[in-house]
Amino acid sequence: MLVKMIFAGFGGQGVLSMGLNLAQAAMLEGKHVTYLPAYGAEMRGGTANCTVAISDEEIASPVASAPEFIVAMNQPSQVGFQHHLQSGGLLFVNSSLVEAKIVRGDIELVEVPASRIAEEMGNPRCANMVMLGAFTKKTNLVCFATLITGLESTLQSKKKLLEVNKEALKTGYDFCGAEP
Amino acid sequence: MPRILLSGNSAIGEGAIRAGCQCYFGYPITPQNELTEYMATHLSRRKGCSFIQAESELSAINMVYGASVAGVRVMTSSSSPGISLKQEGISYLAACQLPAVIVNMSRGGPGLGSISATQSDYFQSTRGGGHGDYRTIVLAPSSVQELADLTHRAFDLADRYLIPVIILGDSMLGQMMEPVEFHHEVPRRLPVRDQALRGAHGRASRFVKTFTSKPTELEEINWSLFRRYRLIEKKETTCESSLVDDAELVVVAFGIAARIAKGAIRKARSNGLKVGLLRPVTLWPFPSEQVKKTAARTKHFLVFEMNMGQMVEDVKLALDGAGEVGFYGRPGGVIPTPSEVFRVVSREYYQRGLSIER
Repeated sequence: MLVKMIFAGFGGQGVLSMGLNLAQAAMLEGKHVTYLPAYGAEMRGGTANCTVAISDEEIASPVASAPEFIVAMNQPSQVGFQHHLQSGGLLFVNSSLVEAKIVRGDIELVEVPASRIAEEMGNPRCANMVMLGAFTKKTNLVCFATLITGLESTLQSKKKLLEVNKEALKTGYDFCGAEP
Repeated sequence: MPRILLSGNSAIGEGAIRAGCQCYFGYPITPQNELTEYMATHLSRRKGCSFIQAESELSAINMVYGASVAGVRVMTSSSSPGISLKQEGISYLAACQLPAVIVNMSRGGPGLGSISATQSDYFQSTRGGGHGDYRTIVLAPSSVQELADLTHRAFDLADRYLIPVIILGDSMLGQMMEPVEFHHEVPRRLPVRDQALRGAHGRASRFVKTFTSKPTELEEINWSLFRRYRLIEKKETTCESSLVDDAELVVVAFGIAARIAKGAIRKARSNGLKVGLLRPVTLWPFPSEQVKKTAARTKHFLVFEMNMGQMVEDVKLALDGAGEVGFYGRPGGVIPTPSEVFRVVSREYYQRGLSIER
C-alpha cells in the first residue's frame, strides 16, 4: 500500500525534520520510502514543506498529487494545502497557531495544540516532535519504538537534545491516545 | 552494508568516493551545493585525495583537465548555467580523449532560470555541448539508488572509453532522500592509465594537445573518436522497459519524469489502459534499437519530458516514421504530478481508439 503525506509550516518550525524522522523510521522498518523537501530560496519565517511517501513496493513518484495525510503547523499551510488532501484524508493542524476553519466537509480534522504543549514542556521548539508523536499514534504508519530508534541514530551525538525530543514525541503520542 | 537515507547529492558524493574518485573541483551553485559540501567534508579527509573549491566554473573544469591528464579519477559538478560555462573545457577533454565525470544537477533555464527541477539540458548534454564534433556519454538516473550506482559506472565508462561522462540529474533528484545501499568499497589501488603524464623518467616525451596544423591529422583524430563512439553505442546503450510487452501505448520518459510517468501508468493500468514505459538510462548513446523494436508491437508512443520537446526528436529519429509520436511537456521548473500525466495519457489513449481491458 502506498501512502503519501505532506508536512508544512513556517521555516524554523522543524517541518522538514518531522518528515525526515518519519522517513528514517519507515526505512528502518524495511519499507520503501521517499522524502522530498520543497526546495526554494527560503528563510526562517518563510514557508517550508516536505512530502514523504511510504510503501510496501517501489514508489513511482515522490510527488504527491492527492496525499492521504497533511500536517499543517501554521495557518498559511492549512489554508494552502487542505485542498490537496484526498477525500477522506486526515488533516493534522497545530491548533495553537491555526484559527481558520476548514472549508471541506469530506476530510477528518485532527487538532493538536502542539505549540502550546511544547511551551508547557518548556521547549517551544519541540512542537514539531509533539505533532509527529500525535501523527504516529493516529496514522499508525510506523511503530513508536522505531521512531525513537531513528531519532537516537540522528541525534546520537547530542544526548540532551535527544531526551527533550523523545519526551516531546511521547507527549504528543499520549495526547492523541487520550482522546475518546 | 545497511541501507541509509541519503539525498541524491550526497549519494553521488559517496558513490564517487567509492568509485575511487581522487580529485573534486567545483564552484558552488544551487541546487547541487550539497554535493560540493559532501566532497569538502569527506573527500578532503582522504589520503592522496584533493578537494578544491575553485574561483570559477572555468577554473574548476580546467583543474579537471589537468588532473585527468595526470591520470587520476576526477569529478566536477554544477548546475545548468555553470555547466554552460564548463563547455569549453568539456570540448577540450573530449578532444584529448581524457576521462572525467561531470555532474549536472540541472535547473530551470534559459539564463539564470530558476532552481527547480527541469530537463531542459537534454540537447546540450546529448549533442556534445561545446564546440566541435564530439559526444559525451550521458547517464540519466531516476532514483537516489541509481544516482549512486550510475556514479560508479560513470567512472568506469570514462576510464574504459577515455571520454567525459555526464550525469544528468535535476534539482529534485539532488534534494530528495531515499534509502541507498552502496555495493562497492573504495578501491585500494587503481591502475595507472597508459597515456597519463606523470614524468617521463627516461622514456620519450608524450604530448596531450588539441591543436594540430595538419587537417589530415585532425581528420584522423576525429575518425578515431567516432570509431570509439560507434563502439560505445554498440556496447553501452541502456534502457529500462516496464509493462511494455502487452502495451498499446508506450510512454517514453527519462530521469525524474520517468518516475512521475510510472505513477501515471500505474493509475492507467488500474483503469484498464494498457500503457507501458521505456526509460532511456543512457541518453547518449540513445537506445534507438529498443525504441524501434517496441514499434514492432505497437505504433503508439507518447513522449513526456519536463521541457518543451527535446528527447522527442531522438524518439522520432529512432522510429523513422514507424510510429505515431505524441508529446507532453512542461517547461520552466513546474513539476507535473502523476495525476496530471495520467489525464494526458488517458486522453491520448482514448483519442487513438486503443482497446481497454474490462
